[in-house]
Amino acid sequence: MTLATATNEHLANISNTLIYSAMAVYTLAFFAYIAEWLFGSRSKVARTAAALTEKPEKPEKAKAAAPAVTVKKAGGTTVLERPKVVTRSAIGARDVPDGPGAHGGDEQGDLYGRIAVSLTVLAWGVEAAGVISRALSVRRAPWGNMYEFNITFSTVAVGVFLVLLALRKNVRWLGLPLVTTVLLDLGLAVTVLYTASDQLVPALHSYWLYIHVSTAIICGAVFYVGAVGTLLYLFKDSYENKLASGGQPGRFATSVMERLPASASLDKFSYRVNAAVFPLWTFTIIAGAIWAGDAWGRYWGWDPKETWAFITWVAYACYLHARATAGWKGRKAAYIALIAFGCWLFNYYGVNIFVGGKHSYAGV
Amino acid sequence: MSTTDTGKTPDTAKAPDTAKAPDPAAAKRHVGVAADGELGEAGSQLSTAPVDTAVPGSFGGARAPGAKGWIAWTGREVIGWARWFWRQLTSMRVALILLFLLSLGAIPGSLIPQSGTDAQKVADFKDAHSVLGAVYDRLGLFHVYSSVWFSAIYILLFVSLIGCIVPRTWQFVGQLRSRPPGAPKRLTRLPAYATWRTEAEPEQVREAALKVLRQRRFRAHVDGDAVAAEKGYLRETGNLLFHIALIVMLVAFAWGQLFKSEGNKLIVEGGGFSNTLSQYDDFKSGNLFSNDDLTPFSFNLKKFTATYERTGPNKGTPRTFQSDITYSVGAYGKEKKTTVKVNEPLKIGDSKVYLVSHGYAPVVTVRDGKGNVVFHEAVPMLPLDANVTSQGAIKVMDGYKNGQGRSEQLGFSAFFVPTFAGAGKGTMFSQFPALDFPVLALSGFHGSLGVNSGIPQNVYQLDTSRMKQFKDAKGDILKKRLLPGETMKLPNGAGSITFEKDIKEWAGFQVTQQPGSDWALAGAFAAIFGLAGSLFIQRRRVWVRATTGADGVTVVEMAGLGRSESAKLPEELGDLAALVHEQAPSAPDPDPDTPDPDPDTPDRNAVPSAEGAEKQ
Ligand code: HEM
Repeated sequence: MTLATATNEHLANISNTLIYSAMAVYTLAFFAYIAEWLFGSRSKVARTAAALTEKPEKPEKAKAAAPAVTVKKAGGTTVLERPKVVTRSAIGARDVPDGPGAHGGDEQGDLYGRIAVSLTVLAWGVEAAGVISRALSVRRAPWGNMYEFNITFSTVAVGVFLVLLALRKNVRWLGLPLVTTVLLDLGLAVTVLYTASDQLVPALHSYWLYIHVSTAIICGAVFYVGAVGTLLYLFKDSYENKLASGGQPGRFATSVMERLPASASLDKFSYRVNAAVFPLWTFTIIAGAIWAGDAWGRYWGWDPKETWAFITWVAYACYLHARATAGWKGRKAAYIALIAFGCWLFNYYGVNIFVGGKHSYAGV
Repeated sequence: MSTTDTGKTPDTAKAPDTAKAPDPAAAKRHVGVAADGELGEAGSQLSTAPVDTAVPGSFGGARAPGAKGWIAWTGREVIGWARWFWRQLTSMRVALILLFLLSLGAIPGSLIPQSGTDAQKVADFKDAHSVLGAVYDRLGLFHVYSSVWFSAIYILLFVSLIGCIVPRTWQFVGQLRSRPPGAPKRLTRLPAYATWRTEAEPEQVREAALKVLRQRRFRAHVDGDAVAAEKGYLRETGNLLFHIALIVMLVAFAWGQLFKSEGNKLIVEGGGFSNTLSQYDDFKSGNLFSNDDLTPFSFNLKKFTATYERTGPNKGTPRTFQSDITYSVGAYGKEKKTTVKVNEPLKIGDSKVYLVSHGYAPVVTVRDGKGNVVFHEAVPMLPLDANVTSQGAIKVMDGYKNGQGRSEQLGFSAFFVPTFAGAGKGTMFSQFPALDFPVLALSGFHGSLGVNSGIPQNVYQLDTSRMKQFKDAKGDILKKRLLPGETMKLPNGAGSITFEKDIKEWAGFQVTQQPGSDWALAGAFAAIFGLAGSLFIQRRRVWVRATTGADGVTVVEMAGLGRSESAKLPEELGDLAALVHEQAPSAPDPDPDTPDPDPDTPDRNAVPSAEGAEKQ
């Protein structure tokens, strides 16, 4: 028994070391991303303005998108395998090309960008190991208190980013904002929220805990990625609006904004991300209700945590509705998405710290 | 103003995106524009989202002279406005506003104490803020989720929802029964487009396209010179299912509220309970609940076990709570054994038995002056803190005669700690929740307990207004801390009270019955599946036109249209085009003088350009 306790403490210490190491590597990644942006600023691209001030005589301009013509050599004669598909953006939308990314086409910038991504992968691996050893040390899922929640949360958020990268989505622009906030999140975790590893109170013993809390963490991480996309969309959209109305944004803004994807792409990205997890969030709430039904004898009791989960859910439903309602598309819908994510954040931090209720076991 | 632009709505013109679009004509070319000359019917009805046609104004029209005219005019006016109001209520915009209000309205309930969850906190709040408390009271802010205004929001929302779903369902059924609309005149206008020339006959191409599309499970048919196809109806099905599931959930909740019941019962180890109204310590039920609805069953608490963390920073945190019980269903059911834990209620029919609280019940024996036992019971104590410092009252109602032989009642106010700090530490607060060093502190009263006065009494407290406190020989108040097995003698031959070595535990059970929760659960899962269908499936249309060109060679054009812009649509169109192309391969370029539309293409046979659509 004492031996087991000692191993567990040993594991907990290993976990702490791993988390600190992950922070160090994330910090290196952070500087590499900064370098990417700095080197990228050498390239002067101004494609947005060009696209927006393009002569209106060419309204038929359209992007030839994938799948382009693929040509197969067959016995000396060239056979066209598939016809070319021509796409045009939704009618009425701006036709702005996506920026090249933080490196801005600069070779050195790109190199630093690649280093940054590699470091992110490494840091993620170390952090994941830290989370797993923490789980082993307490012999349960690593989300019994806010410290554990925070480290798991940032691991999942970076994991989502890496998965999107692996799927060859154009998301490298997410790197810097994501790693910055991950560092903040971990800093908060190890200083303010740290709780020595320990068991759960009986109310938390249930397999619904695994289902409910793990999906809640995944949803939060994905919502967070969506919120970053939304925020950047708002900036990029203002930038494009300014250019379109003949304004002249500052040099810094131009340099940064030109390298980001077009506002339409950012908007689409955050919509997809938010829409993709919304069913999972719905499931999370239902799983929570089932668990509450078993633990407390009622499925829904308007406990502050439940209430805010509901508010978050309704806010995201608002966002999805807004996207389908003509007058609310674009910026207005984006504001709703940010408010919805704010609700999620408040539910996580605000309710635990300021409000209390039955869910306040979080070790704060 | 509307989801699907009719071209009439002023909003579209004001929307910043469209106003600044490089092509002013583009502003009008919204997908799904019924009035659009170019797409025609092709883009319409790609979803069943309500089209907002409500325009406020005078509906009565011209008023004929005289009373009859006035009545007719008023009638038209009233109906017009009612219709306008209904259209407003069932529009997407109002649904959005109501949703927004719902989330906003839920906030105060999470920040202000609610009488449903913690009545004590509400009382404290009212004491602390006399003015604000009164204002909150009037606004129903102490019971937000059952307040008039909160109910109004969600009832309006659900009326709107029903008013929205019914016509949408009809519309969708209509769409399912009709065929996908024919191809628009200029396919080049659509978001994804492909074309090539082939030597196959137009009929052959259409035939091949029809086959390919049907294989890909499109609903397809030939319409004039083109094949029209559509796929992804599950999106709409999912969306309708989701919204209907919301209604099912609400009805199930409402049903549950009306017929639910919830009661509490405290049972000391060895004690039992049978599920009838009179056995409960307290009981709440919905408006339509009747006592006959209680599931017949009974159970006995054999043993309650609690363990606690012994070391570390979380010392004292509970680790397990469990109660071993035997129960039987119905009046003559067979007895079965089971354990009820915090997360594992016992389910019997519609009822669930939850373990919700626990505490200690010291066994005490009271003897009168002659040494006769007049009271021998386990007395449940009310826990006051996490270490189970407990308070209670021991009430000896009858059978007791004092030293003078007169009948009297006895009362003892008691403090119980499972782990005493130690003598001289001065505190009567428990140091740990387990029974490590139990101590019972008592002081006694005699006289009338006042239990016959008809006012309900708190079992954990004494009403000492008609009692006298026992004093010792020096005239000081008689108080004593007892260890298990010890006895406190009462003065003047009034008898004694003994704290027995056998200390029992009690468990609090909550028995709930909530009919309709299965429906709510089914609705919830239907909602998730519907939502997934609605969000992940893209509804799209594909047209394949094959016509004979001026030079007698067949021109194939393919185009796709989705409800929203999708990265997958061009990809899918490419796949389909490749399949059709296999059956109708490209013809050699008829006129070598034509400039190559795409210099990057290695093959001069490549796709002929469609009206500049490929200029990069
Ligand atoms: C109880 C409140 C409601 C909730 C929680 C809710 C939720 C949602 C959600 C999450 C979606 C997104 C699915 C998608 O984009 O396909 C959606 C779509 C939709 N909702 Fe609701 N809804 C509610 C009430 C209403 C009402 C009252 C109406 C009618 C006025 C309505 C009409 C629609 C329509 C037409 C769509 C499909 C939009 C599209 O095709 O893109 N909803 N709803």
